[in-house]
Amino acid sequence: MTALLSVDRLHLGYHGRDVLRGLTVEVRRGEVVALMGPSGAGKTSALRAVAALVRFDGGRIVVDGFALEPGPVPPESRLKPLRRRVGLVFQGHALFAHLTALENVALALRHVLERRREEADDTARRLLDSLDVGVRAAALPSQLSGGEAQRVAIARALAPDPPLLLMDEPTAALDPARRGALGRTLRRVAAADGGRGLWIATHDVEFARACADRVAILADGMVVEAGSATEVLDRPGHPATRALLAEAASP
Amino acid sequence: MIPALTAALGVAAWLGAAQQPQATLQWGGDAEGGAPFVEADPGDPSQVRGFDVEVAETIARSLGRRARFVQVQWSSIDQSVERGDFAIGLSGVEDTPARRARHAVTIPYFEFREVLAVRPDDRGRWSDLAALRGRRVATLGATMAYDILVAARDSLGLVAASYDDDVHPYSDLVAGRVDAVLLDHIIAARARRRLGSEGLVIEPRAVAVGHYVGVLAKADSALRDSVDVALRAAMRDGTLERIFRRWQVWDASQAALFRRIAGSGPAVAVDTAERRAAAVSAYLPSLGRAALVTAVLSVLSMAVAVVVGGVVASGRVYGPAPVRVLMTVYVELIRGTPLLLQLFVLYYGLSGVVRLPAFLAAVLGLGLNYGAYEAEIYRGALEAVSHTQLEAARTLGFSEAQILRLVRGPQALRYALAPMTNDFVALLKDSSLVSVLTVVELTKQTAIYATNIGTWIVPGMLCAVVYLAMSLPLARLGRRLERRWRTA
Repeated sequence: MTALLSVDRLHLGYHGRDVLRGLTVEVRRGEVVALMGPSGAGKTSALRAVAALVRFDGGRIVVDGFALEPGPVPPESRLKPLRRRVGLVFQGHALFAHLTALENVALALRHVLERRREEADDTARRLLDSLDVGVRAAALPSQLSGGEAQRVAIARALAPDPPLLLMDEPTAALDPARRGALGRTLRRVAAADGGRGLWIATHDVEFARACADRVAILADGMVVEAGSATEVLDRPGHPATRALLAEAASP
Repeated sequence: MIPALTAALGVAAWLGAAQQPQATLQWGGDAEGGAPFVEADPGDPSQVRGFDVEVAETIARSLGRRARFVQVQWSSIDQSVERGDFAIGLSGVEDTPARRARHAVTIPYFEFREVLAVRPDDRGRWSDLAALRGRRVATLGATMAYDILVAARDSLGLVAASYDDDVHPYSDLVAGRVDAVLLDHIIAARARRRLGSEGLVIEPRAVAVGHYVGVLAKADSALRDSVDVALRAAMRDGTLERIFRRWQVWDASQAALFRRIAGSGPAVAVDTAERRAAAVSAYLPSLGRAALVTAVLSVLSMAVAVVVGGVVASGRVYGPAPVRVLMTVYVELIRGTPLLLQLFVLYYGLSGVVRLPAFLAAVLGLGLNYGAYEAEIYRGALEAVSHTQLEAARTLGFSEAQILRLVRGPQALRYALAPMTNDFVALLKDSSLVSVLTVVELTKQTAIYATNIGTWIVPGMLCAVVYLAMSLPLARLGRRLERRWRTA
């Protein structure tokens, strides 16, 4: 089975500093892959390159048959196929502040997919229900807790039904009990509708162990170690992995 | 927008002195100048009266037309007549070489004397300008008296103080801020009536002699010649004398002037002007109409400002480099120069290229000016919307236009609301500046009455109440909207 997301020798620099130097990762349908590394390792940059929010300098990104080449970000009109294939959940959720939870989720359905209002609202409500935030449909983002805002953001990213979902540090603002619930939710998202691919940037070892099928460790702009979550996290082979585990163990 | 436009058209039509088919003679004067030249009629403040009004009517009659008054700021009469706002300016307009060089000027119809007014204690102390070395002497700017004082400043070393109106020179004389006032004898007599002989006395000796004339556009010399014929006839048949006697400005020097100009002695006829009490209530309808002009003008100008501001702000935020530069230049040019200057340039400066009606020029001038300020507010508001929300919208597949319309614009509007309300209130008051374009709005109308009835107290308070009645509800509406949107 071919990969849903294939990142091949990705190079990306900011202000003359190399952030990514040949990152290679694959994500298949139904699979949750954690991209792990300390803060500043370039996890967010990798996600943003796949979502075509930043330029990259070398390598190749293919999402479900749609290829991104090195160079400046293409105009939005050329990115329409990519936008249908990739959803991104931002670390700070980035919900539209002036719209209710329901409107946040329904907005793209109405104006990008051009669904009728009732249909869009129905779909949005079902999504919010499936993520256990249906009761908060009428709330504004400023009235939501961190966990609620995150689930609304996930619902919004899933609304156009993209096969690939990217998430940036999803556990950053969650207490431990909520992390467990989020892990179960994401497993369900990956399994639903014939299988979705999830690529999650995180430095949360416990979360990755509980939720990810595979783990890729990012250090010095490259994947230094990859494999199943248990393989990598229980028997770390690379010093960067051990450092990550040591940091997680210390309070 | 539609009702506002309809109202504006109504106001424009009602203001629209411009397009009356022939049969009328449009003449310009400044009712703020007051009696006996031109003043609002206390019995019916929508009408004007005064000897200049009657001179205009006499001229119109003999041309077979009906006189129609156009309000214009006294200092702008020359520019206004040149750009065609009216055919002839008559409002104590002085005969000067400069005016003769630039415009078509009628024969003199009245002779005035420049006289010195002093405090009673100084009576006889300074009988001529030479004695006033080192003293402060006040006058009205842009007059022959002012030119005399400027010349005397250089040759005699007195200090010339120029005022924008003819009331404050005299009140400052009484208050001791200046030592003498040099102005024509009609204005001086009016001031003495107002302030009493214990306030000031008028030195009998004339410092200079000058004449009132009508001023027409340079190209209008044919009409000027017809006016001259009419004036000569009115001198000969006694019409002018009757007018001047009615307004109590007739004297021997007029008879001499008429003999010189028209070559005949005048007949005799006397009747006295009856002044009805200037009841404040008589002014209310005109104040109400002026308030409507201010309101409609402000609403339309703000609409223009919002559109201009939106376009300029979008250009600065989204446009390519040349557009950004152009928009920045526009904003800095407008913000960096006085609104008054912009209005003058738009109305008088461009009149050779495009002749805008006064009301339209006022709306455009205010709108373009405030548009620059709106643009800065909108730009700030657009940039205040968090960048990650815009990125989130892009990952969802929205086009840039959709992001502006659905995500960025609505949130920017909330940020912009408070400063916009603020600007609208400021515009309401700045709209008073357009009186320099011959638009009579609330402040101008108030000034006209205040000068006519000789006190600012009641008109000033009335005017303030009307402004507050318009601005306070606006501020309240702004606060209500803000509160409603604060949750977002």
